[in-house]
Amino acid sequence: MSKAILYDSTMCIGCKACEGACAERWHLPYDDKVAAETRLSAHKLTAIQTFGEHFSRRLCMHCAEPTCASVCPVGALHKTSLGPVVYDAEKCMGCRYCMTACPFQVPAYEWNSRLPKVRKCDMCYDRQRAGKVTACAEACPTGATTCGDRDALVAEARRRLAEKPGSYYQRIYGLQEVGGTSVLYISAVPFEQIGLRTNLPQQPLPQLTWRVLEAVPDVVSVGSVLLGGIWWITNRRDEVARAEGGKR
Amino acid sequence: MNGRKLPSFTIWRAIFVLLMAAGAYATYLRVRYGLGGVTNLSDQFPWGIWIGFDILCGVGLAAGGFTLVAVVHIFNIERYKPILRPAILTAFLGYVLVVLALLFDLGRPDRVWHPLVMWNPHSVMFEVAWCVTLYTTVLALEFAPTVFEKLGWHKPLDWLKFISVPLMIVGVILSTLHQSSLGSLYLIVPHKLYGLWYTPMLPVFFYLSAICVGLAMTIFESWHSSRAFGRALELPLAAGLARVLAVLLMTFLFVRFLDLEQRGVLGLLRENRTETWLFGLEIALLAVPMVLLFRRRVRWNPGKLYGCAVLVIFGFIANRLNVSVTGMEAGSGTHYVPRWTEIAVTLAIIALGFAVFRVIAQYFPVFEEHREDQAHAPRAAREAAEEGIPAGVG
Repeated sequence: MSKAILYDSTMCIGCKACEGACAERWHLPYDDKVAAETRLSAHKLTAIQTFGEHFSRRLCMHCAEPTCASVCPVGALHKTSLGPVVYDAEKCMGCRYCMTACPFQVPAYEWNSRLPKVRKCDMCYDRQRAGKVTACAEACPTGATTCGDRDALVAEARRRLAEKPGSYYQRIYGLQEVGGTSVLYISAVPFEQIGLRTNLPQQPLPQLTWRVLEAVPDVVSVGSVLLGGIWWITNRRDEVARAEGGKR
Repeated sequence: MNGRKLPSFTIWRAIFVLLMAAGAYATYLRVRYGLGGVTNLSDQFPWGIWIGFDILCGVGLAAGGFTLVAVVHIFNIERYKPILRPAILTAFLGYVLVVLALLFDLGRPDRVWHPLVMWNPHSVMFEVAWCVTLYTTVLALEFAPTVFEKLGWHKPLDWLKFISVPLMIVGVILSTLHQSSLGSLYLIVPHKLYGLWYTPMLPVFFYLSAICVGLAMTIFESWHSSRAFGRALELPLAAGLARVLAVLLMTFLFVRFLDLEQRGVLGLLRENRTETWLFGLEIALLAVPMVLLFRRRVRWNPGKLYGCAVLVIFGFIANRLNVSVTGMEAGSGTHYVPRWTEIAVTLAIIALGFAVFRVIAQYFPVFEEHREDQAHAPRAAREAAEEGIPAGVG
């Protein structure tokens, strides 16, 4: 029953209604100047991008196994069972490891604040909990952004790919990237042509560091015994030498 | 020492005052305008030289402490004892300065303690935070006897002596963990870090290179202390460390190229990119001193030995900056050049380290009394002493 967003690039007309609705929901200022920005930032948590005649939309991907949540030293980020990856600003100490680690370069920082926070899309967690769709999906006039159960959206995406094979690049972005994400893309052209990163592994990134962290207890136990043993032997050698009246 | 009432004006003191003034102004700007006002960091490039130099290099350059503790107390090679205390002091100051630098870099420095109460064992950063906290405490306890001796506090001295062996073992293990974990931090960015640096071996490489630079720093600071305090350089000891350093550098470089070959990325070296040249610089700065240090003539010449130690330190810094800054630029799709305020804070912290070391070394028994027998022993005898190093030091 995990929630997800499906973005269909072929249906997007670039009207940026999603951007406006998102800004309103976060009480962020939204004017022509902000609308012209094409990058995610602390005051713009979703952005429509234009690639020739194709549109793309950037927002937090809400990974099934989020890299940001795994790297956060204080556990300020976590994946909810409902699907959204949410952020607790009260825990965050501002190390920005989530920003370095995020494979989609999503988390943004309030660089000019004296008490800065990380900002990113939370897939309208409060609205979703109340059974409503996200603000962006509600605002989208063409149905390019839809919100629903992930399984149902994957099925819907497959249906569209099969129905009009000529209009779609025959893959769903987000199905397997870094272990799967809760935001899915379909498009007329290969995904790197609409600005998505396609050099990502299929396994979740947190495994890369966990493999090493798992070894910590072993390093501690084997290390202590080893070092203790070496100390005992070298010291004992000295004691014996002293007892025999010899000089080392 | 020489009972001067007023500090004399020297070029170094002038530079120190300048650096501290610039650092103080940059600190004011940092507090007043936040990270955005004093750094060139961005959402695309959130970690700059405060992480890449102040933290990654700072922790590595302080590795001489745990390396020498292991040599002297665990492997029980007592001859190195005269340079143990300065190494521990360098390490302790190093870690304190790293924490200070961290306070500049954190968006919310008032929450620096959060990882100690809000756990996430899946985070490398969480492990590093705990290790650095604990190890800084261990270093404080390892250095405490020097202070207590001066103050004549015998009871706590006995206590510290009682727990010293487990304390030192804990220190070596904590160092092993976080020196390597600083490399593990970058395991999570296979898509961003350039192929010449991204490898599953990052933790091993960070650990090995930290030991190398720890030895180089010990030689470096012995040389400087000998000049500053008018003492003779403990040449047999420094030369002995240099021999181990040469072997370790060779091992490091060998494994480094073996790894490049295994991952099939040696072809990247033919590409005419900034990364290729910076990689070449990093390797050259480590390979040249390695070759030189294999020569006895170089090891037994204080000036040349010092030069080699400096090269290794620069090679190490090049490596850390390549991993954390230059190697990350292409993958982040942006360029990063530190702003003057970032550099000012970094330089002020380094200057502070040198000054505090000097003051402490002047007022506390950090260095053992100058030993006549060692400084003036015939050269042949000293060389024989060097050859006497047990093979297992590394």
